Amino acid sequence: MLDGTDPLSMFAATETSAAASHSSSVGDLGRKRRVKEEEALGADFEPWSTKRGEILARFTTTEKLSINLCMGSDRGKAPNPGSSAVSEKVRTRLEELDDLEEGSHRELLNLSQQDYANRIEELNQSLKEAWSSDQKVKALKIVIQCSKLLSDTSVIQFYPSKFVLITDILDTFGRLVYDRIWTMCSDPRPLPDSFTVEDVNDTAKETCLNWFFKIASIRELLPRLYVEAAILKCNRFLSKSGIQETLPRLTAMIRGMGDPLVAAYARAYLCRVGMEVAPHLKESLNANIFDLLTTFRQISGDSVQKQLHLQKVEVPAYLMLYSPAINWILQCVAYRAPEPLLTEMMERCKMMANNALLLNSIMRAFRPEFVATRATDFIGMIKDCDESGFPKHLLYGSLGRSLACADPPESERLTILNEAWKVITKVRNPQDYMNCAEIWVEFTCRHFAKREVNTVLADIIKHMTPDRAFEEAYPQLQSVITKILMYFHDFSVLFSMERFLPFLDMFQKDSVRVEVCKSIMEVFIKHQLELTRDPVILNAMLHICKTMHDSVNALTLEDEKRSLALLIIGFIRMVSFGRDFEQQLSFCVEARSTFCNLEPVLVQLIHTVNQLAMETRMVMKGNHSRKTAAFVRACAAYCFITIPSLSSIFSRLHLYLLSGQVALANQCLSQADAFLKAAVSVLPEVPRSISVEGKLRSSESFLLDFINNFLATLLVVPDHPEHGVLYLVRGLLNMVQDYTWEDNSDAKVRIYISALPLLAAMSQETYLYSIHKVDSNETLYGGDPKFLSEINKLCETLIGQILDHLKTLTRDEQSMRRQSALAFSLFGVLLAHGDLKNNKLSQLSINLWNLSHKHGHSETRVSIRTLESIRHQAQRPDMAHLSDTIQRLALQSRT
Amino acid sequence: PFGGPLSSEMSVTLDIKLKRANKVYHEGETVAGVVTLCCKEPLQHNGIALSMDGIVNLQLSSKSVGVFEAFYNSVKPIPLISSSIEVAKAGKIPGGKTEIPFEFPLISKGNKVLYETYHGVFVNIQYTLRCDLKRPLLAKDLSRSCEFIVHSQPQKSKIVPTPVKFSITPETLQNVRERSQLPRFLIRGHLDATSCVISQPLTGEVQVDKSDVPIKSIELQLVRVETCGCAEGYARDATEIQNIQIAEGDVGHGMPIPVHMVFPRLFTCPTLETTNFKVEFEINVVVILQDDHLITENFPLKLCRV
Repeated sequence: MLDGTDPLSMFAATETSAAASHSSSVGDLGRKRRVKEEEALGADFEPWSTKRGEILARFTTTEKLSINLCMGSDRGKAPNPGSSAVSEKVRTRLEELDDLEEGSHRELLNLSQQDYANRIEELNQSLKEAWSSDQKVKALKIVIQCSKLLSDTSVIQFYPSKFVLITDILDTFGRLVYDRIWTMCSDPRPLPDSFTVEDVNDTAKETCLNWFFKIASIRELLPRLYVEAAILKCNRFLSKSGIQETLPRLTAMIRGMGDPLVAAYARAYLCRVGMEVAPHLKESLNANIFDLLTTFRQISGDSVQKQLHLQKVEVPAYLMLYSPAINWILQCVAYRAPEPLLTEMMERCKMMANNALLLNSIMRAFRPEFVATRATDFIGMIKDCDESGFPKHLLYGSLGRSLACADPPESERLTILNEAWKVITKVRNPQDYMNCAEIWVEFTCRHFAKREVNTVLADIIKHMTPDRAFEEAYPQLQSVITKILMYFHDFSVLFSMERFLPFLDMFQKDSVRVEVCKSIMEVFIKHQLELTRDPVILNAMLHICKTMHDSVNALTLEDEKRSLALLIIGFIRMVSFGRDFEQQLSFCVEARSTFCNLEPVLVQLIHTVNQLAMETRMVMKGNHSRKTAAFVRACAAYCFITIPSLSSIFSRLHLYLLSGQVALANQCLSQADAFLKAAVSVLPEVPRSISVEGKLRSSESFLLDFINNFLATLLVVPDHPEHGVLYLVRGLLNMVQDYTWEDNSDAKVRIYISALPLLAAMSQETYLYSIHKVDSNETLYGGDPKFLSEINKLCETLIGQILDHLKTLTRDEQSMRRQSALAFSLFGVLLAHGDLKNNKLSQLSINLWNLSHKHGHSETRVSIRTLESIRHQAQRPDMAHLSDTIQRLALQSRT
Repeated sequence: PFGGPLSSEMSVTLDIKLKRANKVYHEGETVAGVVTLCCKEPLQHNGIALSMDGIVNLQLSSKSVGVFEAFYNSVKPIPLISSSIEVAKAGKIPGGKTEIPFEFPLISKGNKVLYETYHGVFVNIQYTLRCDLKRPLLAKDLSRSCEFIVHSQPQKSKIVPTPVKFSITPETLQNVRERSQLPRFLIRGHLDATSCVISQPLTGEVQVDKSDVPIKSIELQLVRVETCGCAEGYARDATEIQNIQIAEGDVGHGMPIPVHMVFPRLFTCPTLETTNFKVEFEINVVVILQDDHLITENFPLKLCRV
C-alpha cells in the first residue's frame, strides 16, 4: 500500500478503503434534495435543460469529428525543465492520472456527429458503471478525459453542441460525488436540507477533502477547472464560505484560457453550476461577464483569425458560436438583477463601441420589459454598431423578440417599427430577411392596425417572390400567418387587407397551403360568432375552402377528408344572407360546385337548402305566394339533383326522405312524390353490409329503421292522381319483397308487420296527423269503400305472407323461437290496430297467441302484462268483445 | 485445541482503526483507536502487541551510487520513534467481532525530533502502527500495520508574507544560447509569498504584457530538492512533485492570470534540514511559447506549518 509516491496512488488507496461502506440507496434522497434547491431559483429562471436541445439542434456539422482520449499532445512536448532529474517511475505515475486506462491511448477518428454523441453517451455510461462498481479513480479519469475534449476546437462550428454533451457528463459526476458524501452523513438520520458543516462527520469531510486535493493536482487547466466546478456544491460539506470563496477563484482561473471561445463556454459552465448552487452570489456572475468582455478583442487577434482561416469559417458564423454561452451568462446575470446593473451593462456595451455580439446577448438575456422600455435606446445602439462581423438583422431579430412580449412606450412604437423595418427591408438574403421579418410581424400586429400589417405583408411578398424564395421559408411564412391570426379575429378586417390573399398565394406547396388554410379556418370557426354575408369574407373564405377542397385527391386519408369537410361545413354554417333567401340558395349552388368532392359538405348543403325552404315556409306562415312557391320548388330541385351524387346509400335514403318531407311541408306534391319514389327505387341498391367506423356491419337494422320512418311519412302523402291507389306503399312493399335479405332473416316479415298499422291508420276517417294545406288520402278518397277494400286486400296479402312465413319456421329450436316472436308481434299489431269484433280476425289473433306460446319460447312476463292490458281495455264499453277473446287466451305454464 | 490451522487462520481478520478520520497526530498527543478482530470461532492467542515506529528512509539516486560509496553508512534508516505496548495478554478471544481500544502516546525518546510525515523519492519519513497477534504452535502469527500521519508542531514565530515580484524578458534570462534569436516578450508577475504556510495554497499572479510569439502554456512546477549525506559528501536531487498548468494557449495580454497551487498532502512537508538529510522545495514558473521556447523562473520556497 505504501509504495506509491504520488497523490494518485494514495488517493486510490484511501478511496477503496472508504468505499467499502458505500450504500446504494443514495440516489433517491439526493435527487429530492436537488429538486428543492433548483426550486430556490424560481420558476421564472429558464433552466439549462431548455437550452440544451436548442443548442444541439442549432450547432451541427457534417464534418468528421474525433475523440482523443489520451494526452497525446502533451507527450510529444518539449521536456519539462528539471525533468531530467525526475525518475522514470515518478514520471509515469504523474501521467497516469491523464490516462483513462493505464497505457491506453484511444483515438477515435472520422466520427459523424451522431457517432460522437453516442460515444460521449457511452462515456457517460461507463462513468456511472465505474462509479457503481466503486472504481472512483476510473470515474474521475473519465471525467478528466472528457473535460479535455473541450479544449479541442477543431470543427469549431460543433463546439457549442460538444459543450452540451460533455457538460452532461460533468453534471452526472457532480451529482454522484455529492450524493455519495451526502449519504456518508445519513447515519443515523439523513442530513436536513439546510445542513451546516457541523452536521457533517469527519469521515465524510475527509472524503470530500480528498476529492478537492485530487482535483487540485490535475495537471491541465481546463479539466482542473471543469471538474472542480462540477463538484462545487460539495464545498457545503467543508465550510460555510467554501462556495463563496471558490467561485471568484475559478472565475479568475478562466483568464488562463487562451482560446476565447473555450473560455466563454467555461464561464457559461461556471455560471451554470453557480446559479444552481448559490444563485445569490452575483459578484462572480458579473465578474464572468466583465472578464468575458475584455477577451473580446482576442477574437480579432492572430490566433483566432488563423484558426478560422484554417477551418474556413466566416467571422459572423464564428461569432454566432458565442451566443449560447453569452446568452446564458447574461441570463444568469440578469436574473432578478436590479435595474442599475442592467443599465451598467448597457453602458459597458456602449463603451465597447456597441459590440454587436454583446448587444445581441443583452437583448436576448435581459427581461423583455427592460429592453422594451429602452427600445429606442437599443435601436440607437444597433445603429452605431460596427457592421462587420455581426449582421444587424440578427440584432433586430433579438430586439423584435423582446418587443413581441413586452410593450415599448406608446409614443415610440411607430418610430421603432419604422426604424426596424428600414433595416429589415434592406436585408438581401431572403432566409435572413424572413427570419427577422417573421419576428417583427408580431410587434406590428400587437400594436398596429390593418394598414401597417398590410404594408409588412407587401414587403414580405416583395422579398420572397423573386426566385421563388418563399419555397425555402414556409415555416416562417406560416408563422407570420399564425401571428396575424392571433391578433386579428375580425375577418372582415383581415380579408380587407389587400396583401393577405396574395400572401397566401406564396404557399405553393400543396401540403403547406392546406395546412395554412386549415389554420385560418380553425380561427374563423372559433372566433366568427355572428352569421355573415360580408362579400369580402365570403369571397376569401370560399377561396380558402376551395383550396382545402382541391387538395383532396385519391390518396387523401379519410381522416384528413373528414377534418377538411368539418372546417368547410363550419364556414357554410356561418353564412347567412338573412331574408335574401335567393342569394343564400345561389350561394349553395356555388358551394356545391366548389366542394363537390367532399360528401359531408354536400350533405350539409342539402340540409342548408332544406332549412332554407322551411324558413321560407315559416316566413310565409305556410301560405306560399307564387314567388315563394317557385323558390321552394327550386330548393327541392337543388336537393333532388344533389342527392344522387352522394355515394353513401344511407345518406341518400335519409336525405330523399327528409327532402320529401320538406317538399311535402311546402306543398310541392310532385316533388315530394319524386323524392319518395327515388328513395324507394334506391332501396334495392342497399348492400347487405356496410362499413360503420371502419367495421363491416350488417345493414339490416339501419334499413329497418329507415323503412319504418318512411312508412310513417307515407300516411300523409296523397296518392298521385295518375298512378293507382297506394301507389307508393305498394311500390315500397314490392321493393321489400324483391330485396335479397339475409338468409334466415325475418326482416321482410317484420316490415310487413309494421306496414299493417300504416294501412290501419290509412283506413281511418280522420288521420292521426296531417300537413297544413296538404290533402292526404283521407280527403282525397273521403272514405271511399273502394279505397278501403284496396287497403283490406293489401292487408290480407300481407297477413297471408306473414302466416306463410310463420309456417316455415318449424325446423329447429332457433326458428321456433323466431316463430314465437313474430307471431307475438303480429298478435300485438292485430290487437292494437285490428277490429277484433270480426270473428275471423279474433280467431286469427287467438291462434297467433297460441302459436307464440306453443313451444315455450314466449316471455311469460310480457304475456302476463299483455293479458292485463287487454283486460283493462275490455272494461271500456266499446271494447267489451275483448272479454271473450281474453277467455280464450291461455297462458301456458312452463314445465 | 488442535483445530485445523488453515481453517482457523482463514477466518481471522485483524485491523487497526484510528479514531481520527484524517489520521493526523502531533507530538505529545495520543494516538487512539481500536484493534478489531473478527473470527468465527473463539480464538486462542499468545498475546496481542501494538508497536509504533517512525523511520526516515534515505536512498541514493542511481547516479550518486558509486560516486559516494564512501558514505553508504549515511543512508541507513534513521529511527525516530519505536515503542510497543501490550493490548491483550495471552488468552482466548470469543467468536465474532472484538474491538480492543488502545491509546498510544506519541512521545519521542530523548532529544529526537519527530519530523513531519513526508513521501519523497530519496527521502521518506513514515510512521506506522503495527499490531501483532501471536498464536500457538501450528498457527501463523497475524500482523497488520497502518500508517498514521505526523504533523510537526506549529512554528512559533509568525510569518509575515513578503510578496516577490518578478519580470521576465529575454534580457533577464540565464543559460541562453542565442539571445539574439529570442522573440521579444515581457512577462511580469508576483508571488504573494515564498515563505508559505503548507496548508494554504501558493498564490500570486502572472501577466503577459507582450509576446511576439503567442504563449502555448504557462505552468507551475513544484519541485522537491532532497539532499542525503554527511560531512564527507552528499547527494542532492531535484525532482518534480507536480506540474500545474495555469494558462493554455494564446492568453490575452495585460490580464492578470492567477497563480494558485495547493501543496499536495504527504508529498510536501515543512522545509526540513538535519545533519543527515535535507528536504527543500522550489517552484518554477514555466512559460512555453508556441515555437517551443521554454522560459523558466525559479523560486526557492520555505514551507512551514502554523
